[in-house]
Amino acid sequence: MSDSVSVRNVSVKFSSDRGETEALRDVSFELPRGGFVSILGPSGCGKSTLLRVVADLVSPSSGSLSLFGRSPAEARRSRELGFVFQDAALLPWRTVRENVELPLEVGNGRHLSEKASKPEDLLELVGLSQWHRAYPHELSGGMRQRVSIARALVTGPKILLMDEPFGALDEITRDRLNDELRRVWIETGTTILFVTHSIPEALYLGERVLMLAAHPGRVREMVTTHLPSKRDISLRETPDFVKQAGDLRGILESCG
Amino acid sequence: MRDETRRRLLPAAALAGMLVLWWLAVELFRIPEYIIPSPAHVARTLLGDLGTIARNLVPTAIESVLGFLLGNLLSIAVATLFVHQRTIEEALFPLAIIVRSIPIVALAPILVLLFGNDMAPKVIIAALVCFFPTLVNMVRGLSAVNPQALELMKILSATKAEVFWKLRIYNSLPYLFAALKIAASASVIGAIVGEWIGATEGIGALIIQATYNFDTGLLYASITAACVFSVVFTSLISFLERRLVKWSPGEA
Repeated sequence: MSDSVSVRNVSVKFSSDRGETEALRDVSFELPRGGFVSILGPSGCGKSTLLRVVADLVSPSSGSLSLFGRSPAEARRSRELGFVFQDAALLPWRTVRENVELPLEVGNGRHLSEKASKPEDLLELVGLSQWHRAYPHELSGGMRQRVSIARALVTGPKILLMDEPFGALDEITRDRLNDELRRVWIETGTTILFVTHSIPEALYLGERVLMLAAHPGRVREMVTTHLPSKRDISLRETPDFVKQAGDLRGILESCG
Repeated sequence: MRDETRRRLLPAAALAGMLVLWWLAVELFRIPEYIIPSPAHVARTLLGDLGTIARNLVPTAIESVLGFLLGNLLSIAVATLFVHQRTIEEALFPLAIIVRSIPIVALAPILVLLFGNDMAPKVIIAALVCFFPTLVNMVRGLSAVNPQALELMKILSATKAEVFWKLRIYNSLPYLFAALKIAASASVIGAIVGEWIGATEGIGALIIQATYNFDTGLLYASITAACVFSVVFTSLISFLERRLVKWSPGEA
């Protein structure tokens, strides 16, 4: 399938002085273009590793991946990947705007003009237009993470990989950014893989939730959620949401 | 604003207090002038012999600035090489630590024998004094990069050169300036030590000459001049640091 992200039988083993650790065992799943999948699991389930395999930062020990018909390395080289880290990882010596422009300055970024977005449009999208000349240390944690989302989107990626991007933020900021991310997803149509250890976040954001079990990391279940496509914060109080969250928790606890 | 005034006034008051104590001690204990001169005597010499002192400060200043530039440029280049060629670092870094533990005063005569009596050995000594602290800091600054920023550069398919110019260089600046501020005053010390071994002019030569002649006024005045130059040099580096490193350090 060339119009989807497909991960087939991927295993990852890390060897260290203390022997070999199995981070992922036989992970397979399929994600259609434009989809939004949350990856949920306890710590040690290899969810960050899985994201790094997709991003070509970690090579799988066995198995194969196809990102819209390309290998992760090809997708990376042709700038089809955007990555948002847990720590915003902004360069402190660059202004907000310069941080967003970084991907256009390195690698083959200069030749991306046809599909690249304008930095100012993306800052508008994440609501930081008037902050474009500020330095990262002048921003709050939530604002920094919004800059890092704008930076990940500037090359016009087909797939956005997010590694617990809101994990270090307070709950109020986190809820607001969840709403913003849904809006960004709908406006850009980018395929999103979102790693989190928060059940409400996973449920609220994704159309589907990939549940992983730990030691070794493996797929427990791919759960399709049943929520309206237009969502706001009040959705979290509805019985339907609470029930589905409870179901996810049940699966998670049976994972051990 | 009050804090700013405090920050400036308190050290000035402390300095004035020490000068008064010095003066009182010399007067009260009747310390002979050839052992410790009074501050007034030093001030008179400083003004009276200003021409001599300035003439001797010039070579010392040139030697320290040249040594500073040479030593630091070299250490920045070596640090860059180390960060890109780990094998070279593993081979040479322990040697650098050994060379560094040779006291510079012991090395100075060797360098004077090798390079003669003019400026060259002094510049080299000043450069040597600057080289090691900057090398150590620069290697740290170039390598202690936020690992996620490195992963980001990999995802962006950045070349090694781009990682260096867009990431490592900036990351190293706070570390570099911390070393440069030490190197600025150290280079003056290096130049003066070089002049002690063999020189006909320079603050170091003046210090030796004044000591042999029991001319304590000139001795203290020379030291004051070297000290003022060193402070000005260090302040210049601090000024550059404030201009270039505008982001708060330690954040990434």
